[in-house]
Amino acid sequence: MPGKIVTTVIGLAVAGGVAGWFITAPQTVNAGLYSGLNGNAEHGKLVFDAAGCASCHTAPDSKHDGPPVLSGGRAFASDFGTFYAPNISPDTTHGIGAWGLTDLANAMIKGTSPDGQHYYPAFPYTTYTHAAPQDVTDLFAYMQTLPTDPTPSKAHDVSFPFNIRRSLGGWKVLFFSDDWIGPDTTDQIARGRYLVEALGHCAECHTPRNALGRLDKSRWLQGAPNPSGRGTIPDITPASLTWSQADLVEYFTSGFTPDYDSAGGEMADVVQNLSKLPKEDRQAIAAYLKALP
Amino acid sequence: MTLRAFLTTLTLSAVAATGAYAQDDAAKAAIKARQAQMDLYAFNLGALGAMAKGAVAYDADAASKAAGNLAMLTKLDQSRMWPEGSDDMSADNTRALPAMWENMGDVMAKGGDLAKAAAAMEAAAGNGLESLQAAMGPLGGACGACHKAYRAPES
Ligand code: HEC
Ligand code: HEC
Ligand code: HEC
Repeated sequence: MPGKIVTTVIGLAVAGGVAGWFITAPQTVNAGLYSGLNGNAEHGKLVFDAAGCASCHTAPDSKHDGPPVLSGGRAFASDFGTFYAPNISPDTTHGIGAWGLTDLANAMIKGTSPDGQHYYPAFPYTTYTHAAPQDVTDLFAYMQTLPTDPTPSKAHDVSFPFNIRRSLGGWKVLFFSDDWIGPDTTDQIARGRYLVEALGHCAECHTPRNALGRLDKSRWLQGAPNPSGRGTIPDITPASLTWSQADLVEYFTSGFTPDYDSAGGEMADVVQNLSKLPKEDRQAIAAYLKALP
Repeated sequence: MTLRAFLTTLTLSAVAATGAYAQDDAAKAAIKARQAQMDLYAFNLGALGAMAKGAVAYDADAASKAAGNLAMLTKLDQSRMWPEGSDDMSADNTRALPAMWENMGDVMAKGGDLAKAAAAMEAAAGNGLESLQAAMGPLGGACGACHKAYRAPES
């Protein structure tokens, strides 16, 4: 799915890259925000499910029973080549077992690797940048409890100049923003907004992009062509989606639409993740969607 | 070409054509039948889902009947519903991906998962709303897992 995203994003990186090169050294988080925090692995599992990390970082043929094995390997094709999700299991050699909390925070919040490189936005850190430090801390604690896996990460198969990570800096300067989009008129809607805009990366699929590959925030969640080339990803704002709040909650729980067909395509994975959240969180996401303009 | 040869060719191609048409018709009928099977799943789920969502009041008897139907449907023999050449590359009006025919073992396993989830619903549906609600998720997962792997997106 992120193929098109990657394509356009990278096209842009080249445009912005030259100018951006000098002003775009990768940034890091303020470590002070994380220093006093203690991780709660149990809550971290919810963060992990809400953020859909397993959808990309488990092996393509993995089964769904038991704790996820984050061996990586899923391919994300684009016009510029293929990206592979890396091994992020706690293996100290091939995974991220040697990372500290701020390494994970820098990756998720700033898109910056421990050795100071930019990540490609196929890793949706542009969404995760909104994640609360406590949630990142809990997530870190949970990920350390997962099985290790010795599969080496595959190198991305990307050609020049897109293989130069530094060129992503221009794109980051232009498009990396921590603004919130939807309303937060009640506590429930605010929780839904956090789940959608900080963790769920719903917009990566459901929001159309402009010619330069940037999410068109004026058409937030209003549907987009499916990068796989088949079908479209639906508009999920109240203008088109007439489902009731209860219909939405059922969809996020069992995957059944109001016609009792089931969620298909990439959404099936998303539902699988959402179904593991507390019911209140699914209700909050539904409330947020119903509150969109 | 002699007349005889010409006639033979003509007859042979007519036979071939009839064969092709017959096959086409068989594929069409199979596609209709399996879509009807799917629609019957959905129809019976509708009764269960409306209760799960709170759109209609829970009724143990109605729930058990719908769940019983669903479980029964999963036991129908479907072997003739999925003939070769009825995938979405070869035939019209279907969203079944060719990958189905390359992974029949997995397709059968996914069908088996559905039968298990439907049996669990059959056992749960009459035992109160919460027990019905809890059985909806696994059912949805079983339908969705097969659609995700083997059904093309709506175009
Ligand atoms: C849409 C797919 C997708 C999702 C969802 C996703 N990732 Fe990733 N992730 C990637 C890709 C692709 C990369 C490689 C990026 C690069 O090399 O620049 C990556 C890279 C990473 C890295 C860097 C690993 C390294 O060795 O440097 C970490 C850590 C990571 N992801 C953690 C997570 C966590 C935690 C989540 C959930 C909160 C998550 N990812 C969700 C696709 C994804
Ligand atoms: C990886 C891409 C992707 C992500 C991420 C994603 N969706 Fe979807 N979504 C889809 C696709 C594709 C469909 C169409 C599913 C189908 O064809 O059955 C869909 C369908 C839906 C629908 C049903 C709309 C309809 O008219 O059928 C809702 C509601 C929805 N998504 C909400 C969400 C929410 C909320 C999130 C974030 C928590 C989200 N989606 C994240 C791809 C995605
Ligand atoms: C073993 C795989 C599999 C399972 C399990 C499965 N489906 Fe399907 N379903 C398909 C395929 C493939 C199609 C597309 C058929 C076609 O278009 O020829 C489909 C199509 C459908 C359709 C559209 C039918 C139409 O009229 O075009 C509905 C509705 C549906 N399924 C509902 C369900 C429900 C509800 C369940 C669970 C109770 C379920 N399916 C379980 C494979 C499966």
